[in-house]
Amino acid sequence: MSVPTQYQDAFDALMTLPPYDTPYNEKHPVLLNVLNLLHEHHVNTCSEYRNIMQTEVTGRDADTISSLPYLAVRLFKLLRLQSIGDDAIFRVLNSSGTTGQVPAYIPLDRDTSSRQSKVLVRIMQEWIGKQRLPMLIIDHPDAVKPGGQFSARGAGIQGLSFFGRDHTYALKPDMSLDIEAIKQFRDKYSDQPVLMFGFTFMVWAHFLDSLEKSDISISFPNGILLHSGGWKKLEAQKVSNDAFKARLHTLTAITKVHNFYGMAEQVGSVFVECEHGFLHAPVQSEIIVRDPFTLAVQPHGRQGLIQVMSAIPSSYPGHSILTEDLGTIHGIDDCLCTRKGTYFSVSGRLPKAEVRGCSDTQK
Amino acid sequence: MSNQQKLTEAFSQGLGIESKQVTDALTYNTIPEWDSTAHMILIAELENQFNIMLDTDDIIDMSSVAKAKEILSKHDISFDA
Repeated sequence: MSVPTQYQDAFDALMTLPPYDTPYNEKHPVLLNVLNLLHEHHVNTCSEYRNIMQTEVTGRDADTISSLPYLAVRLFKLLRLQSIGDDAIFRVLNSSGTTGQVPAYIPLDRDTSSRQSKVLVRIMQEWIGKQRLPMLIIDHPDAVKPGGQFSARGAGIQGLSFFGRDHTYALKPDMSLDIEAIKQFRDKYSDQPVLMFGFTFMVWAHFLDSLEKSDISISFPNGILLHSGGWKKLEAQKVSNDAFKARLHTLTAITKVHNFYGMAEQVGSVFVECEHGFLHAPVQSEIIVRDPFTLAVQPHGRQGLIQVMSAIPSSYPGHSILTEDLGTIHGIDDCLCTRKGTYFSVSGRLPKAEVRGCSDTQK
Repeated sequence: MSNQQKLTEAFSQGLGIESKQVTDALTYNTIPEWDSTAHMILIAELENQFNIMLDTDDIIDMSSVAKAKEILSKHDISFDA
């Protein structure tokens, strides 16, 4: 079943708004409309979703984003949640799950996949510009295997590759530095703006650690590092975001560093960290923090379970998901960086939750 | 080589398909060869063939051979027969 026109129109309307320049009161009705239409679409097309919601479409829409229903992220592992026919699947994304854990099942059709790319581009252009920069990928080439099933790690690398040119992998399959590749990249681009991307733990443990021990020295004063995939392993080593940035600067001269928070269940509508260290919801997504025990919406400043909303997924019911991550909303529209929208921080994972960050799948 | 020939060459090299498959109607993600991985190789081929730099908007918009021509014409590359 193809995407309902009403939803596509509402999504297109949302895409006309600037990602970080739309005040919350202007964004809310437009995004709410998209999310209500997605809910209706998934009730109509995904029987598991309909059963969970115990509802038929009644015509009664949620009147606030926080009153929309949501699915626990775990359900994407336990159930085959799919709102399209098998013949419309062109890629299945599997979340982190290489270590015996059950991976999530995320079926994508062309429309959803194309929306993911469009939204990601719209968001990232705000941070790195429209030009594609020479790109050093802090991973090894085997992490991206073409065709068929796709790991979240491969999908992440591939998604970000859109923003680069002359893609160079910094690591070998055994996770050691590819010294020759790094040297070539350095000699060509050291003075220029370059883009680096890697998963947080791999940047720390396999790139920065090895750089420090090696003889090679690199300097990219105009470089930008984007990194993602979770801090859990680094927190265990007591590595803070500030320590991460300081060590990166010492070893690479990079000062522009943006962590981003996202997940396989909502590829595209990511939350990028600003210069003041806060993650920002763009116009295409929203974040809500709930009390872990009562699931009531937490006031700003109080930690709780993160719920993420995305305008993108029509091939699976993943537009409103309660994660197992803990975080805190710090405000709306008034971050010191001047970007509009909700800004927040992520503090870790709910105790007893599985270890499932993209970074955490590398042993 | 004409611009049309260069374009056909870039698509056939980038996607690993035969020249005769490269028609204006050929569309992203409708053949197994033109997936997102191949798309980046295609972009590099087009950049080399025409000696241009495509930005992220161009990459996202380049959803068919016809669309590629439209985008390339913004870079002063003409496909008039």
